[in-house]
Amino acid sequence: MPPMWRMSWLVGGLLMPLNGAMSDIDASTPQAVDGDLPLSRLVQAVAESRDRSAFASLFAYFAPRIKAYLMRGGADAATAEEIVQEVMIAIWRRAETFDAAQATVSTWVFTIARNKRIDLLRRERRAEVDPDDPALVPAPEELADVRIAAGQDAGRLQAAMRGLPEEQHELLRMAYFDDKPHSAIAEASGLPLGTVKSRIRLALARLRKEMKVEH
Amino acid sequence: MGKTVSGSDMPCPSHHPDEGLVMDYATGAACEAGSLILASHMTLCPRCRSLAEACDVVGGSLLAEIEPEPVSKRCLLAVLAGIGDRRGAASDPARPRPPADIVLPAPLRNHLGTDLNGVAWRRVMPGIEEAHVPTCGGRFKGRLMRIAAGVAVPRHTHDGVEMTLVLAGGFSDEHGRYYRGDLSVSGPEIDHAPVVDADGECVCFVATDGPMKLTGPVARLFSRFIRF
Repeated sequence: MPPMWRMSWLVGGLLMPLNGAMSDIDASTPQAVDGDLPLSRLVQAVAESRDRSAFASLFAYFAPRIKAYLMRGGADAATAEEIVQEVMIAIWRRAETFDAAQATVSTWVFTIARNKRIDLLRRERRAEVDPDDPALVPAPEELADVRIAAGQDAGRLQAAMRGLPEEQHELLRMAYFDDKPHSAIAEASGLPLGTVKSRIRLALARLRKEMKVEH
Repeated sequence: MGKTVSGSDMPCPSHHPDEGLVMDYATGAACEAGSLILASHMTLCPRCRSLAEACDVVGGSLLAEIEPEPVSKRCLLAVLAGIGDRRGAASDPARPRPPADIVLPAPLRNHLGTDLNGVAWRRVMPGIEEAHVPTCGGRFKGRLMRIAAGVAVPRHTHDGVEMTLVLAGGFSDEHGRYYRGDLSVSGPEIDHAPVVDADGECVCFVATDGPMKLTGPVARLFSRFIRF
């Protein structure tokens, strides 16, 4: 495969939000317009050969998005860039742990950015489930069957997201970006808590339907 | 200790947090004690674990579609300097595996640095002991409670929300029966008097965001002595 993303990295300019470079990739692999298959190849290149230009492409795509995410959560531009650095360094260091069969690159990066935001911006610890915990109750068969779609289906989910009623979509943005629990969102937006809860329930039910792998 | 509590033979819990609370955990908005009780519940509840994973996927999609904010060249240079040529730490160094008869889910065990046998209990009233679980800031405060078999907790309500995760044994109140893994969430509208099952003590992790208010006939008497 010609290293298209390397060229686009050089041509597309180092510090642009990479829309140009991504559309170069998309043009060569039309099925991945919304999916993040090329992104997972970049992570793979970092994991396998410490490929610095693949990493630079990941930076060009994600750093401006992570910065926007952090600023929506209340960080000023300088603080946001400091945390962006931490997230990107974590991506470099943990590239081997990324499993394209388990998650999309965007999901993986989101969880890293979210955890850094809690750790560095709020100075709190976030408790996480340990998959190797002997106390873990494994999923029963009927749940294990419901696999969350991997990278190839990211486009399907994004299409479903665009298909959500705007009030549900906006509620999700507020919930994920503004660093406020849903009860505080209800307060801030003047909506009854019950309305916020039911919009969350409806949006998640709709999106989860799109995430399930057909059997 | 009442019932066997080790892992895989346990059924899925039947009392769950609502979608909003699971989403608060996934968005990162849950406070430290909130994330502690949710991650502990999810260790014991594959259903909510799967919902939280789906919520992470939603977060990834939202991150992909966010309006990007241009990043300075200095930031890129700092990252490139930071990564050097060094290979990443692919995985954590091997940790000693805890014994299989543990009671606390890993999130709580790691937070406390001990399993249940190392917890320092303080007696609140006959049959009821508690241990403060220190957390940093946030809306909820956490504590472990150990209540002897058959004991009835005085009738009470709360100023805010009380989340109770059963870790061992079981209890029941007007709203249902609760066993290991079950998470009971009650707001100020709920007035209840939980009673621990007769066949063994009950250990719970409780997160509250407001003081408990005793409402039963003996309330005035007890409230002078009890600090929940």
